[in-house]
Amino acid sequence: MLAFAVRRILYSIPVLIVASFIIFALGSASADPLAPLREKNPPAPQNVIDAETIRLHLDQPLLQRYFSWLGGIFTGDFGPSVVSTANIGADLGDRFLVTIRLIALAMVIALILAVVIGVLTAVKQYSKFDYTATFLGFLFLAMPAFWFAILLKQAGIEFNGLVGTQAIYTIGQASVPPPQGTGAYIADIIGHMILPTISLALISYAAWSRFTRASMLEVMNSDYVRLARAKGLTRRTVMVKHGLRTALIPLTTVTALDIASIIGGAVVTENVFQWKGMGDYLVNSIRMNDVYATASWLLIAATVVIAFNLIADLLYGVLDPRIRYA
Amino acid sequence: MPETLVKSPDREFTVEERSQAQLVFRRFLQHRAAVVSLCVFVVLILLAYVGGWLWKYDAGQYTPDNSVPPSWDHPFGTDSAGRDQFAQVLRGTRISLQVSVSVAILATLVGTLWGSVAGYFGGWVDTLMMRISDLVLTLPLIAVAAMLAHNFGGSWYLIALVIAALYWAYVSRVARGVVLSLREKEFVEAAKALGASDTRIILRHLVPNALGSILVNLTILVALAILLETSLSYLGFGVTPPDTSLGLLVSEAQTALTTRPWLFYFPGLFIIIIALTINFIGDGLRDAFDPQQTKVRQ
Repeated sequence: MLAFAVRRILYSIPVLIVASFIIFALGSASADPLAPLREKNPPAPQNVIDAETIRLHLDQPLLQRYFSWLGGIFTGDFGPSVVSTANIGADLGDRFLVTIRLIALAMVIALILAVVIGVLTAVKQYSKFDYTATFLGFLFLAMPAFWFAILLKQAGIEFNGLVGTQAIYTIGQASVPPPQGTGAYIADIIGHMILPTISLALISYAAWSRFTRASMLEVMNSDYVRLARAKGLTRRTVMVKHGLRTALIPLTTVTALDIASIIGGAVVTENVFQWKGMGDYLVNSIRMNDVYATASWLLIAATVVIAFNLIADLLYGVLDPRIRYA
Repeated sequence: MPETLVKSPDREFTVEERSQAQLVFRRFLQHRAAVVSLCVFVVLILLAYVGGWLWKYDAGQYTPDNSVPPSWDHPFGTDSAGRDQFAQVLRGTRISLQVSVSVAILATLVGTLWGSVAGYFGGWVDTLMMRISDLVLTLPLIAVAAMLAHNFGGSWYLIALVIAALYWAYVSRVARGVVLSLREKEFVEAAKALGASDTRIILRHLVPNALGSILVNLTILVALAILLETSLSYLGFGVTPPDTSLGLLVSEAQTALTTRPWLFYFPGLFIIIIALTINFIGDGLRDAFDPQQTKVRQ
């Protein structure tokens, strides 16, 4: 197991390096950081453009730029931004902390919902509850994330109007300026998280609950579950100890592999609720043709995705006793 | 004994022979939600392509009615410039369908070919090709699509190209899995023993047998692509004016949610109806193509 883990981690490193090159090359090829300067009216003077060319290393060939970018990351320098005062590494660090709390909480809620609803619909297959939950699942699968988020936000605004006070926060990830005292500060942050988290969790749970249902049904129809029942164990014990434990194993993989689409969902959700997180940073960087910022963002996202794949592989081995790595 | 029950000797067991296609079709008809969805979807396509052409208002036409709520004259209301929202939604549906169907077809063609070649040959070819797919899958789709579309996009077919350039990797994984399981089947061995070439085995034996899974996957892709296109348009990296799409209509309407809510609800509703019906159709196809499927749905 340990050998497998080490091998698997070592294998991730070249994947990450190749991914970083593709990201950088795609970013550099698809955007010209100097375009906003040239298109300015009146156009920026030539000496300003020349100075920017040198500051952004655009006078160097692509490979050289790539290696100096990659080398800089190890020292915490993510390259020059088109905004000369901005520090990409520091900005991304701040925003990562904002986004991670949205993603982590939404994933936990979505997982709990998915397991509870998935198991209940499997146990009561073809019941009214099953049909309702299935239809709701399909509905959330078909709903654009931002459409649902805008509706939730509007509901929050109307609820506030009804109560006559700011009961639910609908904009931003925290109050500006932040309230005094640790307790008030944490309450403020949680208050801002309510709507975006619900929105992201509901959009994400549907596919997982469908998956849990299918995998639970498969397990409940298997021979060893029938044997356990025949031995006289109660339906409940069989369900939880024999059925659920086995049925949840593939769910870990599916969840981990879905991290990329959850990051995508978070980008859109943050945009609706005007969070100053990773999503907002990405959209702004792309709009400004900020190649280093966009590439650094993608590199962080790719690292997270690769890390989750790694965790899924390792967890699979731990959870499923049938899998042994020689 | 009545005349009709008399069978010729080869009809002794009174079981009619049915082709694979007939079986699939009959099983599909038993999935009620899928059949209803298919009807709704066809109506929607007719509405978008024929209805928009017959409708009394053009999508770009400015009528004297500014910001009127839904009425007989304007079933979906009008925007602040007086454009008929029903005509706009139909045009948006057209573009959104064009994008998503193109994505599904392109990504399926490339992905299926990629995945089946990798799965069929195995060894280092498989490793190399699948590593390339994996690389594409490590990037959050919407971020890369936004980056590419910001500088290459704008018109609907470029957006479709950008999305398809990322989705094929998903298809290739599915296709490879199917081919891997088919490769070991006896009929492939038999074809090989008869001296069939690799090309013939892939095209005549593997692809037709994998068709079910690939078709199901294609429907899922249409739904995914329409959602991704709307998200991209919402973020401002998708279809740009004067072109329009359902996502662009929603994003333009979000500031007017309290004053002109009809502008926001109708395009969103159309997105949901399209994605929902396609998912149900895919579900029905999955059941219909599954040879182990014997149970009739209640």
